[in-house]
Amino acid sequence: MRYLPLTPEDRQSMLATIGAQSVDDLFVDVPEQARLNGPIEGLPMHAGEMAVEAHMKALAKKNHAAGDMPFFLGAGAYRHHVPASVDHIIQRGEFLTAYTPYQPEIAQGTLQTLFEFQTQVARLFGVDVANASMYDGSTACWEAITMAQRITKRSKAILSSGLHPHYVSVARTMARFTKDNLSYQVPTLDAATDGQNMLDQIDDETSCVVVQYPDILGRIGDLSAIAEKAHQHKALLIAVVTEPVALGAIKSPGEMDADIVVGEGQSLGVGLQFGGPYVGLFGCKQKYVRQMPGRLCGETVDAEGKRGFVLTLSTREQHIRREKATSNICTNSGLCALAFTAHMTLLGEKGLRELAMLNHKKAVQAADRLSSIKGVSLLNDSFFNEFTLVLDTDSRPIVRQLADQRILAGVSLGRLYPQEQPLANGLLVAVTETSTDGEVEQFATALEGALS
Amino acid sequence: MTMLAEGRPTQQKANLIMPDQNSITTHTGNRALMVDEPLIFEIGSPDRSGVDLPEAPQVASRLGGLERETPIAIPGLSEGEMVRHYTRLSRQNYAIDVGLFPLGSCTMKHNPRLNEKMARLKGFADIHPLQPVDSVQGALGVINELAVWLIKLTGMHGVAMTPKAGAHGELCGILCIRAALEARGDAREVILVPESAHGTNPATAAFAGYKVEDIPANAAGRVDLEALKARLGPDVAGVMITNPNTCGLFEPDMKAISDAVHAAGGYVYCDGANFNAIVGKVRPGDLGIDAMHINLHKTFSTPHGGGGPGSGPVVLSEALAPYGPLPFTERHADGHITLVEEETVEDRHPHTFGRMSAFHGQMGMFTRALTYILSHGADGLKQVAEDAVLNANYILRSLEDVLDAPFAHSGPCMHEALFSDKGFTNDLSTLDLAKGMIDEGYHPMTMYFPLVVHGAMLVEPTETESKAAIDQFIGAFRSVAERAKAGDETLKSAPYFAPRRRLDETRAARKPILVWTEDEDFAQAAE
Repeated sequence: MRYLPLTPEDRQSMLATIGAQSVDDLFVDVPEQARLNGPIEGLPMHAGEMAVEAHMKALAKKNHAAGDMPFFLGAGAYRHHVPASVDHIIQRGEFLTAYTPYQPEIAQGTLQTLFEFQTQVARLFGVDVANASMYDGSTACWEAITMAQRITKRSKAILSSGLHPHYVSVARTMARFTKDNLSYQVPTLDAATDGQNMLDQIDDETSCVVVQYPDILGRIGDLSAIAEKAHQHKALLIAVVTEPVALGAIKSPGEMDADIVVGEGQSLGVGLQFGGPYVGLFGCKQKYVRQMPGRLCGETVDAEGKRGFVLTLSTREQHIRREKATSNICTNSGLCALAFTAHMTLLGEKGLRELAMLNHKKAVQAADRLSSIKGVSLLNDSFFNEFTLVLDTDSRPIVRQLADQRILAGVSLGRLYPQEQPLANGLLVAVTETSTDGEVEQFATALEGALS
Repeated sequence: MTMLAEGRPTQQKANLIMPDQNSITTHTGNRALMVDEPLIFEIGSPDRSGVDLPEAPQVASRLGGLERETPIAIPGLSEGEMVRHYTRLSRQNYAIDVGLFPLGSCTMKHNPRLNEKMARLKGFADIHPLQPVDSVQGALGVINELAVWLIKLTGMHGVAMTPKAGAHGELCGILCIRAALEARGDAREVILVPESAHGTNPATAAFAGYKVEDIPANAAGRVDLEALKARLGPDVAGVMITNPNTCGLFEPDMKAISDAVHAAGGYVYCDGANFNAIVGKVRPGDLGIDAMHINLHKTFSTPHGGGGPGSGPVVLSEALAPYGPLPFTERHADGHITLVEEETVEDRHPHTFGRMSAFHGQMGMFTRALTYILSHGADGLKQVAEDAVLNANYILRSLEDVLDAPFAHSGPCMHEALFSDKGFTNDLSTLDLAKGMIDEGYHPMTMYFPLVVHGAMLVEPTETESKAAIDQFIGAFRSVAERAKAGDETLKSAPYFAPRRRLDETRAARKPILVWTEDEDFAQAAE
């Protein structure tokens, strides 16, 4: 009860002011039969800090932490080094325990940070504007599809086979509501991309084409031709970036004329956290800004003419438009956006480019080493920090076997596409700046052993 | 001058302010600790970095001819500059760590630091969502343990843990309702939403493809049961109700509402944003509710972070539980926990509506919430609800002589007290009172919500405020309210002492400047 400051005397004196006999008098509107009078069965009573800490530590110990062993998982969540100062900043109480900045005069810290974040994201993506973040990449992707539907008044969305299958699942779930017609085919383990197939499907019914960059198998493709064909049919190109560090090394989607760019910002500042909270990134061309979902921070002036920042364009939002709002979202991923922007500010352009090339070249080395193993080939001609190995056997038992040897190998495509048996031979391997040469060698040796 | 327990002066004397304070200037334009901080784009450089990286290996790149050639134009700062930049910015923020944060329906309570420490244990913070399930048994254990608490505290049958915020949870609940109706071949198209609902409720129902119809409130600020009953029929998929509602009141007819909706073949969604008022005292399952999201930050103290991340698990009745989303955990008799996802869903879970976010939900928030729950235990959580309700009623009764309290006559409130601007003169409004509170050193209460009350002010102290802190707040609120009633026009220009004076929101919306550009856009905005 260490967080509760009222003493029994306080309670009595407050009840007297209220004119109530007991606290139960304040629950008179709760019908008698719905009130709980005794303790709830099977739940423990309060515990001190030491006891709770011991309990949680025991649970934490049952997990294999990525940093404790060779680690090569990606597929939409990446392990990067987070500088100590980033975590320090997000733990400052004035950021950590602040509310949504609805009173701008006393929330300039959060607001200026969001304005800087929006600018960084827009520049990274190569688009005009960005919002103050979304729940995560997968939900931002779905919001982008509905945004394209609002802009084009069409309901056919073409999802690339290279889109993360969980992002596809989210879109499928939500399409039950909107009756969107989603066109999607699973990828194959052919080196050739399915770009042509997708181009052929674009027509005058199409609201948008959704392409992941780099895609789920690690492939990097030029988006210009898809943008051109989409625009010929007045459809939008949505690019999805699940590894924003890549954009330090490769062209931005905006440069290839994407209309909306969404992404997962977890790579910068946020950390793995078993899948959440993450931070959805969302940018678009200026002309679509009033159809963009989520919060936006804008620059303005105060009564003395000083520059300041406010949440703006709220007439799109649920608290004003209710059932006519562009989205039901009423939050962003504020603290994760702060972590992202603080990490990005530490890196700067120079640091981001260096980090990107370090990731890429380590991945090139690892790909060469791993694909030299008998029974292993490399799917990708080009890639950023993640690539697909094609094994001569199902990779799922291999991944489990290596985990038992305390090596967290990549993500088996069999886990991502359980219904597609041929894909199970694919193993998605991510290499970042955190992987050492020794760890790559350990992985390679273990993989050799498992395959022999 | 006497001091209260918190250390603030009990009375702010107007004559403590030097009359010519505004005419004194400084070389920098700053005032002691009140420092204006430039944007990173104005102080950083693309060539500067606060990160030292090892050199990349000497191998040829394989980027498929897509090397970035154009500048990204993102400035960098050294580590020291970066820390100073954000630390200075942080000092322009109000936060619960700074003082009482009386936002009604938003629930700003103390955020225990043990929660933060536990969430940062590497066994939770440094694990990947797609690691083999045997290597993350502890993380699955956290999800499972929290799920058990939520089910027991609410008296429900199951819980969907993946929704990433309250509004996402609403969507999850509505999807469960839709999936259940589809499973019985019943295509209903209307969701009823009371007037007093959060704006997210109608937005969610509409986003989910439903037609939204309002249900009026009665004179006591509750759902009009007869109007609701009259509207029920074979086209109604369900109702979305908030209980305790956004007027801070419990819906005494909740069970009757549920029974009527069920009899008409629909389902009851409850917006559980205000569960903190009844946790340990009332189980929503006993009131016939089919689905309810729980904002973990509100009831279980995960930090608000300046606007998220949230977390909105949805508890489900027996009727709706089979339809909940992937992935979810299953605990087996031997203690082993499996993760049910696409790969393992098989034939035992044929009704799940699928996935609504890429991974397993807000794991970092689950860790914090579970830490808080274990600290309080079942007894402490009941005390949480009681103290939150006690504090709110204390504020209601201490201020109803000076401020209009539209529903105070109908009995006690729950965790939040509702007032209105009735009686203010000289065109002074709720907004002016709010800005006056900023000068008193407080974050203002929730303004203009709920919509059913003109000039609404919703005050929620929560259970973590002491009597002394609340007394001081009451004093400040009373003082500003008296000024508003007396027509004190200086309030129209408040705040005077915040880092910024009233900001021009109309200008921001009319010509939005959402990103920084090289050519002094500020001058453009100021035109």
